[in-house]
Amino acid sequence: MDKKLKSKITTALFVIPSLFIFINVVIIPFVMGLVYSFTDWDGFAFKGSTFVGFENYVTAFSDGKFYEAFKITTFYTFVMIILVNIVGLSLALLVTSKIKHKNFFRGVYFLPNLIGGLILGFIWKFVFTKFFEEFGVVTHTQKIFFNWLDGPTSAFWALVIVGVWQMAGYVMVIYIASIESISEDVMEAASIDGANNLTKFKKITLPLIAPAFTISLFVTLSTSFKQYDTNLSLTNGGPFGSTELVTMNIFSTAFSYNKYAQAQAKSIIFFLVIMVITVIQIYTTKKREVDM
Amino acid sequence: MKTKFKASTIFVILGFITAALTLFPMYIMVVNSFKSRAQIFTDTMGLPESLDFSFYLTAIDKMNFLSAMSNSLFVTITSIGLIIIFSSMASWALVRSNSKLADFVLYTFVVTMLVPFQSVMIPLMQYMSGWEIKAINFTMIDSFYGLIFMYIGFGSSLSIFLYHGFIKSFPRSLEEAAMIDGCNKFQVFWGIVFPNLKPITVTVAILNVIWIWNDYLLPSLVLRSPGLRTIPLSTFYFFGEFTIQWNLAMAGLVLAIIPIIIFYLFSQKYIIKGVMAGAVK
Repeated sequence: MDKKLKSKITTALFVIPSLFIFINVVIIPFVMGLVYSFTDWDGFAFKGSTFVGFENYVTAFSDGKFYEAFKITTFYTFVMIILVNIVGLSLALLVTSKIKHKNFFRGVYFLPNLIGGLILGFIWKFVFTKFFEEFGVVTHTQKIFFNWLDGPTSAFWALVIVGVWQMAGYVMVIYIASIESISEDVMEAASIDGANNLTKFKKITLPLIAPAFTISLFVTLSTSFKQYDTNLSLTNGGPFGSTELVTMNIFSTAFSYNKYAQAQAKSIIFFLVIMVITVIQIYTTKKREVDM
Repeated sequence: MKTKFKASTIFVILGFITAALTLFPMYIMVVNSFKSRAQIFTDTMGLPESLDFSFYLTAIDKMNFLSAMSNSLFVTITSIGLIIIFSSMASWALVRSNSKLADFVLYTFVVTMLVPFQSVMIPLMQYMSGWEIKAINFTMIDSFYGLIFMYIGFGSSLSIFLYHGFIKSFPRSLEEAAMIDGCNKFQVFWGIVFPNLKPITVTVAILNVIWIWNDYLLPSLVLRSPGLRTIPLSTFYFFGEFTIQWNLAMAGLVLAIIPIIIFYLFSQKYIIKGVMAGAVK
């Protein structure tokens, strides 16, 4: 009995450092945030704030800018999921085929992922504003190459390009792991049976990398939905707030307009949306995997 | 045979074109960090007329680069060291204790990976600003230990998840033999378990380096004094101040990415492997 208690105490000693910090940094603030979102908290002491029910949520839903930000973010995420996975999978197929220099290629394609979104955005800001303009003038293609950050539509696509450039390498790595785990025997057997490369890709590679699809879709979805750094450094929401993503809207509601409780309500909505789409997405892709 | 050769040549050419496209923005950044204002105005694409390092010297000075670099190093290394120690210990205890409570704790860690930073940042800052003892200058906001504390909190979910998955498939017999020999749990963990966790420790370390080294939002909220700025923070302020002087701004960006590029060159193999292991889990 005494020994059992001693063992329990040591177990606790092993878990407590992580758990204590985790509870104070994530759990308590999360619960506080949940409570604050139903009050008129002003960002300072909570004492004196009054309970206002769903008022912050109602205001958030009727806030046109928040609605716009959600729409843009959803569209951005949708485009990113498609492009990042197409580019990432293509790169993975390229560097897993029997070609020379494939390790060099892997290394280069992954490189943008190591540089933070903030700095990437700054690098591309120069490319889009200075290089694009000059290139358009020199090659007489000003219809395609102009300062992309000046127009709402082109600024949005600028954001997409930088995002794809950054994330494709990461998704590539996930696909490589999956493609390399397909056994040579299966491929050889298919060749003997007379399957060409396209059939092999469609009938063997694609079904066998289905788990990698689930992971990559999940990674692209949550990263794109939570995009902030590149948004801040590349467009800063501009021109005229046309590329303001949800995270930026939450940030400015809190720290520029000092509407803390309302920003908190928005962030809870943001959390709920992320949770729901993640659950749906994992559920449906897992189900498809089984069917295949 | 002949067609096969052709196909692979096309692939290699395709590979080089894609690699060139990937590196192109970095080329633009590097060449323009040497150019005079007049040359940038007329020619952003070409090579610089001379290798003029003066913008680098100015950028090092204005960004307070050496201080930012040592701040970043200190915060990243300390946070990751503590994340590794605390997470591996917690994961091992959770795997071996086999109780409902342990499952619940693990489940809580994993589920909160879904919570976006934005949902906790505002109350977190208010809560942490209350952890302050003026008499001994203890303050969580605007201090490195405060920032590191928060990194451990946000980093432990993924790290515990990874460690837990790894330790689960780990045989128990060795630990039990050591216990019978009279080792206590701490000795068993540090002497036998931890050395065997090396592959997953590398993964945990690499994933956290990429995150913490590049993180902007958390330090921008926690650190207030200019002297404490990390590299992303000082880059942000520097770039905001010098966007009109593109050559200077580009030199600043080159400086900002040099450390991570050096890290990449030396540990590329581990990084790609680590990311692979982390993503597939």
